[in-house]
Amino acid sequence: MRFRAKIVDLACLNNFSRVINTISKLTKTCTLRLTVCKLYFILSDKVANGGASMWCELCQGNFFDEFQMEGVAAEHNEIYLELVPENLSRALKTAHSAKAVKIKLTNKHCPCLRVAVELPSLSSSSRIVTHDIPVGVIPRRIWNDFREPTMPDFDVSIYLPVLKIMKSVVERMKNLSNFIVIEANLSGEMNLKIETDLVSVTTHFKDLGNPPWASEDGCQSSAQGRNLESMAEARIDIKKLQQLLAGQQVNPTKALCNIVSKRIVHFILLHEDVSLQYFIPALA
Amino acid sequence: MKCVIAGGNVKVLGRAVHSLSRIGDELYLEPTEKGLSLRAINSSRSAFASFLFAPLFFQLYEPGGPAPDTERFRCKVHMKSFLGVFRSLPSLDKSVGKCLILLKHRASRLVLQLHCKYGVTKTHNLAFQECERLQAVFDTQRCSSRLCAPARVLADAVVHFPPTLAEVTLGTGPGGKISLRNYVEDEAELSKTMVTELWLAEDEFQSVTVSPGSCITFCLKEFRGLLTFAETSNLLLTIHFDEPGRPVVFTLDDTVLEVHLVLATLSDLESSSLPPPTNGVSHLPTPADDFADDLESYMVALESSACEGATGGPPSPTFPLRTPRTAQSDPEEQEEEEDGAVPGTPPQKKFRSLFFGSVLTPGGPGLAPTQEVLAEDSDGEC
Repeated sequence: MRFRAKIVDLACLNNFSRVINTISKLTKTCTLRLTVCKLYFILSDKVANGGASMWCELCQGNFFDEFQMEGVAAEHNEIYLELVPENLSRALKTAHSAKAVKIKLTNKHCPCLRVAVELPSLSSSSRIVTHDIPVGVIPRRIWNDFREPTMPDFDVSIYLPVLKIMKSVVERMKNLSNFIVIEANLSGEMNLKIETDLVSVTTHFKDLGNPPWASEDGCQSSAQGRNLESMAEARIDIKKLQQLLAGQQVNPTKALCNIVSKRIVHFILLHEDVSLQYFIPALA
Repeated sequence: MKCVIAGGNVKVLGRAVHSLSRIGDELYLEPTEKGLSLRAINSSRSAFASFLFAPLFFQLYEPGGPAPDTERFRCKVHMKSFLGVFRSLPSLDKSVGKCLILLKHRASRLVLQLHCKYGVTKTHNLAFQECERLQAVFDTQRCSSRLCAPARVLADAVVHFPPTLAEVTLGTGPGGKISLRNYVEDEAELSKTMVTELWLAEDEFQSVTVSPGSCITFCLKEFRGLLTFAETSNLLLTIHFDEPGRPVVFTLDDTVLEVHLVLATLSDLESSSLPPPTNGVSHLPTPADDFADDLESYMVALESSACEGATGGPPSPTFPLRTPRTAQSDPEEQEEEEDGAVPGTPPQKKFRSLFFGSVLTPGGPGLAPTQEVLAEDSDGEC
């Protein structure tokens, strides 16, 4: 099992750092899956995560100048690692002016991802800072736990409002309540509602637009023939929503959510080279 | 005592106070012939800093006091109060022209007066407490290793470590390279904690005199405070160190300012020197216990009494001065002191702060008639 990769382009490095920062705001630990073409950051929906799950996919070619990977076995040419994204985020934080960043899987005292940042320095040789991030190797027998979640049979799919606005609204609501209700319909209308004993606040968004999902095998059948005005709603943990919105450092190209009434809210955020899906289960 | 600081030096004083505030909660002031000394020490007695401003630093400098033979005035004030006067460095720069420091004995107040633009004068009257001399015991001449570099080099290096990091290990490696690595306390932590390491080339330093394979571990927090000061003042920083367990001394030298920061280092008895690192991976030193929380035991009481201190002899190099104890000392400290006095280090691995000496006069306690007792000792020991 081997892995080594290298980034030399500063723009790619900053992009990669941003992705890692977003991930680190969503969860304390996650699974990193490495394949020949892609990297995945996965959080499976265990109770410990509050039932929330995440699937983030990157094409390695868009970030790395060099990328070599050898999986656990020829037929299973993949590596699954458990890591704390905050560590990776910190390692890359001071690499703004780096000449190169190399990442390597090593096993000195324990399995580690060694991030070596080569920085310019006044002396004849470059300054090299290494960060050894401890990782856990996930055995093949539990790889099934980390499969890509299927798109739920949603009731309503709608584009999200400008994330900056949505974030400031949710942040203020967070001070008042622990839960938030997201409701939306197929007419491009979305409401964010909180309700407590003392106060209830609703923010209305209009003209958001609904993504046109092509019907495949009738899996979106629950959305067909649905009353356009009828709202699908889900009551979710406000903190999870706030973390998702706060972690977005760059505006995504496309941001939308699929609501399964009273069951789950599925957020999809697409950037040029990264796609992030985040599932927040509905609470009673 | 009376002194006046003018122009840009007010900001320098302000930055010095900021730096000292990272160390301890109380600021010790001692005016001497050589200049005004500001000092601080942390609660666990493992960090000590002193800033000595020469008379040339001031527009006017009168250390004052009565006849030349009597003891000079010295006091301590709450760090927060003193820092409050210099809190905003940009505004010190922009609007303060002069700063006056005056001791008002009769009113028992230390007056800090800032003369600002537009005829505005801000006067701060700080309560002070008289105290003994605060002096760390150290001797840079006896340190076997010495590094000298522009502060900026070290500031650039330290930025890669997280702000919350407690301890860092400085080591020497092959090819004259100097390494900095975050310290992880025990083996169990190692598999969970990210380890950051970087190497500084010999040519980044102005001078390097080290014994190969030596390394020391010290607290980063207090060091960072000094680095910030040094970096903005563009000064050369010299690091004097010896074996693990012996204090590390950081010094900054200028024509009008002398700065010392003394930090205790983690004592490690089992590995006297590390094997030279390979591939940039060093063996970590044998894990030591938590820094002792009973560092007091290695230190002679300083301000437990309101007694006058002696002018004191030159600081002893490594061990507390074996001055006779006064009646005030705790019996507990009495016996711990015996421990510290033994030249061999005790078996447990603990942080040593062997560098505080007592400057109590052998002549026993007794207040000089000219000194005012602000508050009598309630248990009447004095």
